[in-house]
Amino acid sequence: MAVKRLGTQTVKFGNPPSIKGFYTIVGPKEGDGPLSKYFDLILADDLWGQESWEKAEIKMQEECIKAAINNGGLTVNDINYLIAGDLLNQIIATGYSARQISIPFFGLYGACSTMTESLSLGAMIVDGGFADNVICSASSHFSTAERQFRFPLEYGNQRKFSSQWTVTGSGATLLASGGNGPYIKYVTTGKIIDAGIKDVNNMGAAMAPAAVDTLLYHFRDIGCKPSDYDLIISGDLGHIGKEIVIDMMKREGYDLRSMYTDAGVEIFDKDTQDTHAGGSGCACSAAVFNGYVLKEIKKGKFNRVLIMSTGALHSTTSVQQGESIPCIAHAVTIDKKRE
Amino acid sequence: MEKLNKKEYEKYVEGKIPKPTYVKNIIMAFLVGGFICTLGQFILNYLLSLGLNESSAASFTSIALVFLGSLLTGLGIYDKIGKIGGAGASVPITGFANSIVSPAMEFKREGFIFGVASKMFTIAGPVLVYGIGGSVIVGLLTLLFKGR
Amino acid sequence: MDYVKAFIVGGLICVIGQILLDNTKLTPAHILVSFLTAGVVLGGLGLYTPIVEFGGAGATVPISGFGYALSQGAIEGAGTKGLLGAFTGGIEAAGGGIAAVILFGYVVALVFNPKTKD
Repeated sequence: MAVKRLGTQTVKFGNPPSIKGFYTIVGPKEGDGPLSKYFDLILADDLWGQESWEKAEIKMQEECIKAAINNGGLTVNDINYLIAGDLLNQIIATGYSARQISIPFFGLYGACSTMTESLSLGAMIVDGGFADNVICSASSHFSTAERQFRFPLEYGNQRKFSSQWTVTGSGATLLASGGNGPYIKYVTTGKIIDAGIKDVNNMGAAMAPAAVDTLLYHFRDIGCKPSDYDLIISGDLGHIGKEIVIDMMKREGYDLRSMYTDAGVEIFDKDTQDTHAGGSGCACSAAVFNGYVLKEIKKGKFNRVLIMSTGALHSTTSVQQGESIPCIAHAVTIDKKRE
Repeated sequence: MEKLNKKEYEKYVEGKIPKPTYVKNIIMAFLVGGFICTLGQFILNYLLSLGLNESSAASFTSIALVFLGSLLTGLGIYDKIGKIGGAGASVPITGFANSIVSPAMEFKREGFIFGVASKMFTIAGPVLVYGIGGSVIVGLLTLLFKGR
Repeated sequence: MDYVKAFIVGGLICVIGQILLDNTKLTPAHILVSFLTAGVVLGGLGLYTPIVEFGGAGATVPISGFGYALSQGAIEGAGTKGLLGAFTGGIEAAGGGIAAVILFGYVVALVFNPKTKD
């Protein structure tokens, strides 16, 4: 009997895992953005002394994982599992960073939804009694993503207004079976939703229906309402996707305007930073969650937050073959109090 | 969301996308494209004044512009011109050079055979395929219709 | 006067490209290939020659002019050397540009490294 299940897509933790440590590293552009003061380490240049951007991303993730463990007062030897992912083919940023850290490792590919996917699985492993300490992480890098998914950096193209800017950064969260919180209370796992959007320059619109679907099941499964949260924050829908979510949720009878925002909207200032529709990438939600959200929970601004990273699970091959973009969103409830 | 009508959704999304700044883009494309072509004319006239015949002068003009486009790409300037000028920067032959040099630089770390040499034809490859292939077809049709 | 004509004709050809970029899903790479092909076809039909005569570099500098040069080379080759000319004429005419792009492209890639955007 799955006694911890609620409704169709949600689980409620019996012993909510506690967030014991967290850390963020971001690139210079993110460091110039509005959330600058919440990030633990801001790189002066996005190569970070490495020979390639891939190596820089690997180093970011490695250092971020180590620092989050350290922040929680533990050492690598105390950690039972590392659950992490990134955007690159065969998630190499994660595989190579995990090579440097000796922790039993589960690699994830959830595109930009990776942060809450890893938190969901990490929390289940801890609450299930399979681990005492689990480290969850995700990373992305503008220059590695750009060359894989789009154009060479020196190519003279014009970016569309609906396109988003991949966040350079990494975030890591340490989950533990005991601790003083904040706690992970619920997890709602999303289904793949494909709204038929084929335009890779409009990810926000492609992913918004997946976010709406997960939100609807979350509220229905638990029997709660948006106003039960101080903040509901999606991963990287950007300005266009955020508006769509508010619109579609309104049609379903939920008013999100007062507590909902998107990490991709918050991380950059679109007027001064020329990022068009906002931030994207695994690190968008990973950095905003491990920086802004957790720090503000600790300070007492928020008591209950729903974070929901959103991912687009296409590849350049599927796009060239004319396929539409399958999308997903996973929601995680963070509560300051255990009960 | 299972009941989402994809056609309706696509239409709804269209309305949400900020429209490109059409007029500004067209003006900038005209100015940047026009400027590059004028520069080409200047080089061409100069070469003709040196006494080169027309076809050599045209070839050298192409070579000079390709050199300029490559250099500006290497210096990290051409992508900025492209951002401002749009098609005004990508349609002239300097843009063709940019489309070759930018992937060649980007993939240097993947080696000199499968990196630089192979990736430089990502966009130039199709251009050569259709350009050279097309020219041969034109040549063959010329033979067929002019009967020689 | 040459310069004004080149500016206007070249500018207008680029404007057509910009309109396509802003109103369709075509990328700059699509534009490059289709303009080149258009140059080859129009050159083959003899329709591009008047544009070149009027616009000078304004018609030859855009990638469509490169296509035009290829087609004119092939036509000329077919006329002087027959079947072999039909094959080699295009590349002969456009060879300078192609060789330059390969050499300069390679050398520049060796010398410079790409910079991230800000």
